[in-house]
Amino acid sequence: MPQKKVMNVVVAGLGGQGVIKASDILADAAFRAGLDVKKAEIHGMSQRGGSVTSDVRFGEVVLSPMIPPGEADFLLVLEPSEVPVTRPLLAPNGVLIPPDAIPEDRLPNKRSLNVALLGVLSARLEIPEEHFREAIRAALPERLHAVNEAAFRLGRELPLPPPGA
Amino acid sequence: MREGKERRLVSGDEAVAAAARDAGVHLGTGYPGTPSTEILQVFSELGGRAQWAPNEKVALEVGLGAAFGGARALVTMKHVGVNVAADPLFTAAYTGVSGGLVVVSADDPGMASSQNEQDNRHYAVAAGLPLLEPSDSQEAYDLTLQAFDLSERWQIPVLLRMTTRVCHSKSIVTRRPGLLAAKEPHFERDIEKRVMIPAYARPAHLRLRRKLAGIQAFAETGALIVERRGDPALGIVTSGVTARHVQEAAPEASLLELKILHPLPLERIRAFAERVGKCLVIEEGDPYLADALLAAGIPISGKDPAFRFGELNVGRVRRILAGDFSPEPEPPRGKPPQLCEACPYHPVYATLRKLDCIVAGDIGCYTLGVLPPYQGMDTCVAMGASVGVGLGLRHVLPEAQARRVVSLIGDSTFVHSGVSGLIEMVYNPPKTGHVLVVLDNGTTAMTGQQEHPGTGRTLAHEPTQKLSIEGLARALGVDHVDVVDPIPDPGAFEKILRERLSTPKLSVIVARRPCILAAADIRRYEKAAAEKREKACTLVAEAE
Repeated sequence: MPQKKVMNVVVAGLGGQGVIKASDILADAAFRAGLDVKKAEIHGMSQRGGSVTSDVRFGEVVLSPMIPPGEADFLLVLEPSEVPVTRPLLAPNGVLIPPDAIPEDRLPNKRSLNVALLGVLSARLEIPEEHFREAIRAALPERLHAVNEAAFRLGRELPLPPPGA
Repeated sequence: MREGKERRLVSGDEAVAAAARDAGVHLGTGYPGTPSTEILQVFSELGGRAQWAPNEKVALEVGLGAAFGGARALVTMKHVGVNVAADPLFTAAYTGVSGGLVVVSADDPGMASSQNEQDNRHYAVAAGLPLLEPSDSQEAYDLTLQAFDLSERWQIPVLLRMTTRVCHSKSIVTRRPGLLAAKEPHFERDIEKRVMIPAYARPAHLRLRRKLAGIQAFAETGALIVERRGDPALGIVTSGVTARHVQEAAPEASLLELKILHPLPLERIRAFAERVGKCLVIEEGDPYLADALLAAGIPISGKDPAFRFGELNVGRVRRILAGDFSPEPEPPRGKPPQLCEACPYHPVYATLRKLDCIVAGDIGCYTLGVLPPYQGMDTCVAMGASVGVGLGLRHVLPEAQARRVVSLIGDSTFVHSGVSGLIEMVYNPPKTGHVLVVLDNGTTAMTGQQEHPGTGRTLAHEPTQKLSIEGLARALGVDHVDVVDPIPDPGAFEKILRERLSTPKLSVIVARRPCILAAADIRRYEKAAAEKREKACTLVAEAE
């Protein structure tokens, strides 16, 4: 798939929310689509409830694994309190995908918010949907496949938020 | 190539593990430490023989013994672990090896999870060892193989320096072994090479310098240099992940990327510097390269001292290039990590605070007790240092203060290097006595719940002999040894601590309760071990 420009996605949240899992799935989906991919995060302290961000970059050739602050095309945030903290990472015309992009009452399991937000993101990327599904199945144990595929579909089928939301 | 089955998206740590496996490494050993920990775990998952040692010094000695026996050995640790292993490391440079010995030093510029940001390139110079440094996962794979090749060719231990971003970033790797098969381990006596009495060590030092001269000549062939020709007006000498930041920030510049950082291919670098208009050195951490090149009379300019601190990234490299030294924007300040809500150490910290203890602390998750609300630690310096620092305070403080001093250490840290502190405590007891609290949560929690000698399980979670912390303390002659579970009855912990603080005796209190993150896994390992034992008994009974 030709994708000259490097796409920059930051996934943010708190330790234990599935930030790393979401970025692993996204990176794997891009990899399955035949793109060059790099992914970077600091995860020494991630299990202790602190802020975690993970950078995923994909395109024809990716150089640095880290997204320069203010250059993220997409910012996925799993925790409301992390939105203002991480917002400066977003490019001026970048898209924020906040946790409330997913209506709480429609999410079958709160633990799969990360995958539901990936669904929202996937609708805005050129990576074929099938690669996301494969990446989700590869990243999670079989007993979690159904609930996460449902969460992904929920996110993917939501109407896109208006620009600048 | 893209469709190749071996292409995978992996971290630098995973790439080193895969290379070690493909190199037929006989033994991997180390001590857990972010960001190096995953190397041995993945090596074990891939079927390699991997072991946690009690500390980095022992790990290196085990690896060295294996390499004396002609084996390929991989030893992993974080940057500060090299300090612990430095004693055997320096002399291993003299003895050399018969097999292959690669020591991974995982540095942590920016201190994502460390107590300092020391730059271990200096160790290569100080010990006289070759040092290779990858910029991404593919290079982590390739340079691991290259490091074994160098080690065997020159019979010398080789340092592989990684940094947090290389260890933990994922990028695409193709496994391409291409190294000669490992030899079968075999012992050949060579007393003058391996017994470092002064008479044998003097020629060994000369031998080492000859080897390094040979390796430098090899480096000058350019095998471990990547040159990217660009605009001849600006040339940049760089290494590690910084090379990728530089390439992104200055796509038009000429680039000289060094994969070998010691010994340096100085003539190659000199030729590059003379070929370009202006030659900059951009490196993370200390001005290691810049100083070495300037000392060799190579016309380069280094970075502003402000960029010695923390990690580099594309933005900071742009600033270096632009000569922009204005205050840098603060990175987003999110929620700091903290003790887990259900951490068994909460009552311990609450009690230490209530009794107004002076706490000599140590390294692990429990260091997070230093944060509010407890602010329950007064010192934290190095692995195992809580015991010695606590004793030093006790020796000199006025009695009223000395009586409040407590040393606080985790179980894995205690085994790592608290044991020798405990021996000191018994050997040179302070007049007021001393209290050592061992926070025993049954795992190396901070780095992701690794096993250690006190858990009674090996790296792969198989049962082995279990070290008894209280048994060891009793055997050493500590006056009072107590084991308490602080969760069901915090009052009991407080009562014991009060009592022990009030006497001039020596006391060890083991506060034991499994880490809540590890508890389910620990139960599973214990169940598996019990089933295995039962099965073995049945087999024995049947055989009888």
